[in-house]
Amino acid sequence: MLSDRDRIFTNLYGMHDWRLAGARARGDWDNTAALLARGRDAIVEEIKASGLRGRGGAGFPTGMKWSFMPKQSDGRPCYLVVNADESEPGTCKDRDIIRHDPHKLIEGCLIASFAMGAHAAYIYIRGEFYNEARHLQAAIDEAYEAGLIGRNACGSGWDFDLYLHRGAGAYICGEETALLESLEGKKGMPRLKPPFPAAVGLYGCPTTVNNVESIAVTPTILRRGAAWFSALGRPKNTGTKVFCISGHVNTPCNVEEELGIPLRELIERYAGGVRGGWDNLLAIIPGGSSVPVLPKEICDTVLMDFDSLREVRSGLGTAAVIVMDKSTDIIKAIARLSHFYKHESCGQCTPCREGTGWMMRVMDRLVEGRAEVEEIDILDQVTRQVEGHTICALGDAAAWPIQGLIRHFRPEIESRIAAFKSRGLQMAAE
Amino acid sequence: MVDSMTRSDRDGAEPADFTFDAESEDKIAAILEKYPSGRQASAVLPLLDLAQRQMKRQSGSAWVPRAAMDAIATRLQMPPIRVYEVATFYFMFNTKPVGKWHLQVCTTTPCWLRGSDAVVDTCKRVTGIRQFGETSADGLFTMTEVECLGACVNAPILQVNDDFYEDMDAATTEKLLEALRQNAPPPPGSMSGRQASAPAGGPITLTALEFPESATPSGGE
Repeated sequence: MLSDRDRIFTNLYGMHDWRLAGARARGDWDNTAALLARGRDAIVEEIKASGLRGRGGAGFPTGMKWSFMPKQSDGRPCYLVVNADESEPGTCKDRDIIRHDPHKLIEGCLIASFAMGAHAAYIYIRGEFYNEARHLQAAIDEAYEAGLIGRNACGSGWDFDLYLHRGAGAYICGEETALLESLEGKKGMPRLKPPFPAAVGLYGCPTTVNNVESIAVTPTILRRGAAWFSALGRPKNTGTKVFCISGHVNTPCNVEEELGIPLRELIERYAGGVRGGWDNLLAIIPGGSSVPVLPKEICDTVLMDFDSLREVRSGLGTAAVIVMDKSTDIIKAIARLSHFYKHESCGQCTPCREGTGWMMRVMDRLVEGRAEVEEIDILDQVTRQVEGHTICALGDAAAWPIQGLIRHFRPEIESRIAAFKSRGLQMAAE
Repeated sequence: MVDSMTRSDRDGAEPADFTFDAESEDKIAAILEKYPSGRQASAVLPLLDLAQRQMKRQSGSAWVPRAAMDAIATRLQMPPIRVYEVATFYFMFNTKPVGKWHLQVCTTTPCWLRGSDAVVDTCKRVTGIRQFGETSADGLFTMTEVECLGACVNAPILQVNDDFYEDMDAATTEKLLEALRQNAPPPPGSMSGRQASAPAGGPITLTALEFPESATPSGGE
C-alpha cells in the first residue's frame, strides 16, 4: 500500500488551502529556479528515466514526447498545451488536481515549457468546469503576482506566460488535434497526422499536448528523483496514479495509488468494496468508457497498469474504474455508452459519423432483445469496420466497449434475444 | 441547430441587435490579450460565453441569439458562418432561450448506475417538464440531458447553471428544486455532505500528513 509520504497529490480532497500559501506549505514552488537551472536536456532525461507514461489515456512516454520538440527554434515559437478537457466517462481526476492542487499544475507547466523551449502555454479546460476554472485562474494570477511565472519566472531568466482557455462542451476536444482546432477558434474536428503537433501544432507552431496529471506530477518527480518514481509501480508501468472508482461500490472515491495495484485490492481497500460483496460483481470497465469491459473472473486477479490490462484485451486508459454489480443490465450500460459516442462524434469521418449511429441503433434493439442472433456477429463486424478507419480514436472508442460486451457477455445477449422471441410467440398464441 | 434558430425567429425571441455591455467589454480586452496578434479567432468560444452570460444578465435567460453571433463575427473579423458553426457545434451554447435555472442532468453510464433515472424523474415530477429540452410552464426551469460531466465518483450529478450538485437522489433533487424555486440555491458540491471526492465517511488516505497551514480549509473562490 502506498504510504502518504509517497503521494504526490497531498490535497486531493481539498482538505487544505489550495491557494499559493497552502501550496508552498505542501512543498510546491520550492526553489523552482534550481530545478530549471539543471537545463532542458537534464530535465527531459530525468522524466524519461522516471518512466512516466502519459496519464490522459494513451500512456505514451512523457519524456520521449517532450524530446520530439525542436532543439533549435526556426523562428516559430513553441507551445505547451495542457489538456484539461476531462470528459471520458468515469474520469474525474484532473478536476481534483485543478480545484485542489492548481499550483502543482502551474509549476509543472513552467518546468515542462522550459524543457521544451516554450515561452507560452495554454491550459484548455472543459467549459463545464466553471468553478474549477475560477480556482485555476486565481492560482495563475497569484503565481504572476509572486513572480513565479511571467517575465523572468522564479528568477530563472526564463520568460513564461500561462493562459487558461475554457472549452464549451465537446468530448472530441479531448483529442489533441481537435483541441488545437478548438483553441484556434474552430469546430473541434481532429486533424490528419502527420504532421504531428510537435512539428505543426497550435497556430502552425511546434506544440506538445499533455494531460493535466502528467504535467502536475513532473515537479515532484524532479524534486524526489526519477529513481524514487520508478521504484513505485511495476517495470514500464512506474509511479503513482489517481484512480477514480465509480459505480456500484460502497464508497466511490478518487485515490492515488501505485500503478500495478490489483483491481480487487483497489476497490476493497479504498472504495468500500463492491455493493453486496465481491461475489456480487458482474463486470468492470477499468479505464474509462472507451476501454473494453472485463467480466468478474478477470477482475479477480488483474493488475491496474497499462501492460497488465492490455494483456487481457482492455486498457488502463484514464484509470477510471466503473464497477457494475449483478443488478446491472450490462447490455443497457454499454448501449448508453453507444449513445454517448453517437452524441460526441464530430461527424468528420464517414465510418464514425454513420457507424456510431448505426451501432447505437443496433445496441438499442439488443437491450430489448429485438434482434436476430446473427446480428451479434454483424455488429461485431461493423465495429471492426469503424475501428482504425477514422482520423482520430473516437471511432475506436465507440467500437471497443461493444467488442468487449460481445466477447464476454455474448450468452447474455443471446438469452435476451431468445426471451424477446418467446414473448412474441406467447403473445401470438394468446 | 439551424432549425432551432429558425424556430426561435418565428417565435419572435431573436432580438434585432446585440451590443456588448460595459461589463462584457472589460472582459473582452483581457481575453484578446491571451492570443497572438492575428489569432483573435481563438477568442470565439470565450466571446460566445460572454454573450450568453450577458443575455442572462439582461433577459434572465442564458442563450446566444443570432445577433450576438454577428456582433462577435464583426469584432473578431470572422465570416459570420464561422461563428454560427462554432456556436452550434459546442453543446454549452444555447441557441434558444432557456429557463432561469438550467437543469443539466448527466445520464451517462456512471451516473446512470448510481441512479440518474431518479434524478430525471424527480425533475419531471416537480417542474412539470415532460421531456428533455423543455422549459417549465412558469419559465423557471429548462431540463437538458447532458453527457458525462467529469465528476463520476460523486454521481449522479445535476448541473444547475454553472454549479455541480453531486451525490444526488430523488429526495435531494426535490429539495434542491424547491430551493431554486425560492431563489435560494444551496452551495454546490456533494448533497450528501461528503468531502469532495473522498469516500463517504471521510478520507482513508492523506490522513497522516501535517502541513503548517493544515488548519486552514479551502474556502470560497
